[in-house]
Amino acid sequence: MASDIITHTRFFGSNPVKEGEHYLGQWTLRFIIATLSITPLRQLTGWNWLAKHRRTLGLFAFGYLMLHWLTYALLDVQLDWGELVKDLAKRPYIMVGMAALLCMIPLALTSTRNSIRRLGGRRWNRLHTLIYPIAILGVIHYWMAVKKDITDPLIYAIVVATLLGWRVVRWRSRHGTPSTPVSA
Amino acid sequence: MRNHAKFEPPSSEITPEQRYLDRRAFIAVAGAIGAGAVTGLGFPGIAGAQQEPQAVGKPYGLQPDDKPTPWEDVTTYNNFYEFGTGKGDPVGAAKDFKTKPWTVRVDGLVNKPADYQLEDFLKPSAVEDRIYRHRCVEGWSMVIPWRGIPLADVIKRADPTAKAKFVEFTTLMDPRQMPGERTGVLPWPYTEGLRLDEAQHPLALLAVGVYGRVLPNQNGAPLRLVVPWKYGFKSIKSIVRIKFTDSQPKTAWNQAAANEYGFYSNVNPTVDHPRWSQATERRIGEFFKRKTLMFNGYADQVGSMYAGMDLRKNY
Ligand code: HEM
Repeated sequence: MASDIITHTRFFGSNPVKEGEHYLGQWTLRFIIATLSITPLRQLTGWNWLAKHRRTLGLFAFGYLMLHWLTYALLDVQLDWGELVKDLAKRPYIMVGMAALLCMIPLALTSTRNSIRRLGGRRWNRLHTLIYPIAILGVIHYWMAVKKDITDPLIYAIVVATLLGWRVVRWRSRHGTPSTPVSA
Repeated sequence: MRNHAKFEPPSSEITPEQRYLDRRAFIAVAGAIGAGAVTGLGFPGIAGAQQEPQAVGKPYGLQPDDKPTPWEDVTTYNNFYEFGTGKGDPVGAAKDFKTKPWTVRVDGLVNKPADYQLEDFLKPSAVEDRIYRHRCVEGWSMVIPWRGIPLADVIKRADPTAKAKFVEFTTLMDPRQMPGERTGVLPWPYTEGLRLDEAQHPLALLAVGVYGRVLPNQNGAPLRLVVPWKYGFKSIKSIVRIKFTDSQPKTAWNQAAANEYGFYSNVNPTVDHPRWSQATERRIGEFFKRKTLMFNGYADQVGSMYAGMDLRKNY
């Protein structure tokens, strides 16, 4: 039985469902971070070829998120609908995660070349700034999900804050008042 | 209030050897319901069946489909924050932990306070093997064959005064050996507590072994508490002090997050943790979730101690 393989190979340790859930959640966040890193990296290095990989990374984030969510719904809660609804209504970290997931869906749906053409670059770009709140929600969700040791979520929070801060600083230096020049 | 009439047989009456359920008997039970027993054959070598020690002991409060959790899981999947917050951390980080010599202080409101060498502390009591259910507050569970002495024995010897109402337990404070104690993740040293009547309950065990072997360091060597009707974190590890008090002791997790971890922390499927449901649990080694039982299946034995208490408030 497939469930025996999951529970007895110890590939994912003694509690493979939890381990898998955590593993997939972490990779979701890592791919979100990778996606957010492309623009600053381009700006720093001038490697414009990076741009064409941004969508791929974003789609990986979405894929891992789907697996993370499926692990939660199918393997962890095991489609206990009452429990799923209760989680969503009562547990803030699940609400935050679901908010991120809902924001992610339009991004995944408009990830095709065709969509960019249809929406036009400006509108497409504006829609895809949703990745910023997604990243913030993802970190908050992680922070709330851990029991006590917040070391890892703190590291992710710092990385996301740096990547978003970079954009704020760039934006300010272009649009901000000249009296507060920023050396970027 | 302390009515243990339903608790049987008394701990003094040790059941004959033949009636002990060993692992084979458990597998036979498991075979009846399918799954488990086949797995060892279906995936040779992966369950570590070869070196697996036999689970010995008298079963207490086990359900018909409860079988001992494999040694490997019991000894590698551990919450022991003194040795790291990952479940797999303690087995490595506690490898060189020094458990000899070990002194246990018994003090507070007792007529016979003393510092004992561990051997002397254990000597007067008969060591028993008992198979208990174990439920972690995080929603997973195991079935564990412990070896230990009844906590009630120790209490009787300490001879608490009439003022004693609670028992406070303290883990070793040694940041050089316990890297977790160099972090601020919990208030150190770890402390736990029981009401005196809970501590005197015949199910409360001070364990020195598991699977008939000396307790591995990662499982709380050399001396740990086991209170099977409460969430696992109540079963404090590597105990150096047992103190009798007249007021409710401060406990580590309660100090860290009072709204999540109460003093009582009795296993209760009807009172959720703020961040997850306690209605079900995942038995380590099983895929489908089980229903969590009131007092972890020990309601008949311990329920009367909490008669009339609002368990929603006293979580
Ligand atoms: C962008 C969206 C999301 C990200 C980045 C994310 C990431 C994470 C991370 C990093 C963890 C912790 C892993 C660990 O402790 O090592 C986690 C845990 C978890 N996440 Fe998510 N997640 C997201 C959305 C969701 C959604 C939509 C759900 C379900 C509705 C969900 C359910 C869970 C659950 C149940 C846990 C485990 C909590 C526990 O330890 O029991 N997540 N997630």
